[in-house]
Amino acid sequence: MFYCILCYNLESEVEAWSREKEAAMLAQREIVAHELAAQGRLGPVGRLMPTTTAMTVRASRQPQVLDGPFAETKEQLMGFYLVDCKSLEEALQVARGLVGDTGSLEVRPLATFYPGIGLQ
Amino acid sequence: MTEVAWIGAALAAARPQAVAALLRYFRDLDVAEEAFQEASLRALKSWPLNGPPRDPTAWLIFVGRNSALDEMRRRNKHDSLPDDDVIADGEHNETALVERLDNSAYQDDVLRLLFICCQADLPATQQIAVALRIVSGLSVQEIASAFLVSEAAMAQRITRAKRAITESAVAFETPGPVERAERLTTVAAMVYLLFNEGYSASGGDAHVRVPLCEEAIRLGRLLLRLFPSESEIMGLTALMLLQHARAAARLDANANIVLLDDQDRRLWNQALIAEGLVLVEKAQRLGAPGTYQIQAGIAAVHARAARPQDTDWAQIDQLYAVLELIQPSPVVTLNRAVAVSRVRGAAAALEMLEPLAQPLAGYFHYFGVKGALLKDLGRADEARVAFNQAIALARTAAEAAHIRMNLDKLNK
Repeated sequence: MFYCILCYNLESEVEAWSREKEAAMLAQREIVAHELAAQGRLGPVGRLMPTTTAMTVRASRQPQVLDGPFAETKEQLMGFYLVDCKSLEEALQVARGLVGDTGSLEVRPLATFYPGIGLQ
Repeated sequence: MTEVAWIGAALAAARPQAVAALLRYFRDLDVAEEAFQEASLRALKSWPLNGPPRDPTAWLIFVGRNSALDEMRRRNKHDSLPDDDVIADGEHNETALVERLDNSAYQDDVLRLLFICCQADLPATQQIAVALRIVSGLSVQEIASAFLVSEAAMAQRITRAKRAITESAVAFETPGPVERAERLTTVAAMVYLLFNEGYSASGGDAHVRVPLCEEAIRLGRLLLRLFPSESEIMGLTALMLLQHARAAARLDANANIVLLDDQDRRLWNQALIAEGLVLVEKAQRLGAPGTYQIQAGIAAVHARAARPQDTDWAQIDQLYAVLELIQPSPVVTLNRAVAVSRVRGAAAALEMLEPLAQPLAGYFHYFGVKGALLKDLGRADEARVAFNQAIALARTAAEAAHIRMNLDKLNK
């Protein structure tokens, strides 16, 4: 079974972290990631950019494009796609195609990305 | 990570909103600040034991307000102090408070707080100093060292600014929609002023002060989170990110200025650049161009060029042309002249400089650019005169040293 581990935190707080603290957090996570990679169990890992860079595509007859991150508390995270796009506009185009007639898709660029070992 | 470090970050993050809400309640900067400090002390005691609250900001507002009220009562000897249990029992009340403090109230509070710091009758340095003290929570000593003045002098300046604010009646009123838009513009200008103070220090030995830049970026992101559809706030944040991304490459090992063309682009921070570029694109989609967006657009053209010779100078020229239209200024024209020199040559650029001689007679960069153009045209004697004028107007040692280097090249 593949498990997706989603990282949540208060963004404004993380932005106030000192460099040392940020480095300590990353170092600790890297130890775990190395271990998993050595065992052939690590898939793609990414860090998202701040929500200020996000846009949301909401399902409706004509998919609506909204500024800002996904903000609805009633809906739950169902899955994710990782796509390579030249621009935000291209990524929104993909999301418009995916959105269907219910729900929302948040489009947010990645800050860092490790491809992992290619899980089978 | 230590608990103290974690709590420190939480307090720093909650500070603008918490102080703003306390200020709305008490209408006194000193009381609001003391209340927040007291709440922070109690957080240091309580959070390691009880775990962090769900909404640290609401917790700090609630506890800060109570402790300030207790302090007032104690001073008036009307009532005895309630013990910590009453406050620790605040979980219930805290939830109610969160419900009342909806997002719009938070927005107005932070905006009001920032606006308070940028009242028109305060000099710009005082605006920044008060903002750093009240909004960012920097100590007077830290602010004094950033501005290279004594701690006593800075303390006096801040006290004076606070008094001016308290005496001004407008400061604490709730803004209407029109006023709010105006305030946002003023606040954006103040954040940019703060950034520039860090990016290009207005005096002294240090040419770049990274913490001021980082604080300005943090405030920009905060504003953008409060106003997610404001294209100019996107532009401002993007502009700061793209400029700051070059920080590590702007000075060499001897603290000499390295110009864009000579910078080691591997030192540019690609994470900041990527974030800035996304924000530029996001802002453009809204179709409401403004000065920050255009300046960010110019910074984006530089950021996209892997090597100096890849820079799309024609696009930069066009962007400056738009900027000249919506915000005509001799400094903008001077910058455009640099782009023009790359597209149409130094002679065309020098021609653009002629009408600027009068308005920019006291501007360091005018003579720096003029000297460089004359040098390119082989007019060494005139170039030497311009460079010497630039040195006389340099504000930092790095600026002067950079021009001296150009003079040395001329003499070879």
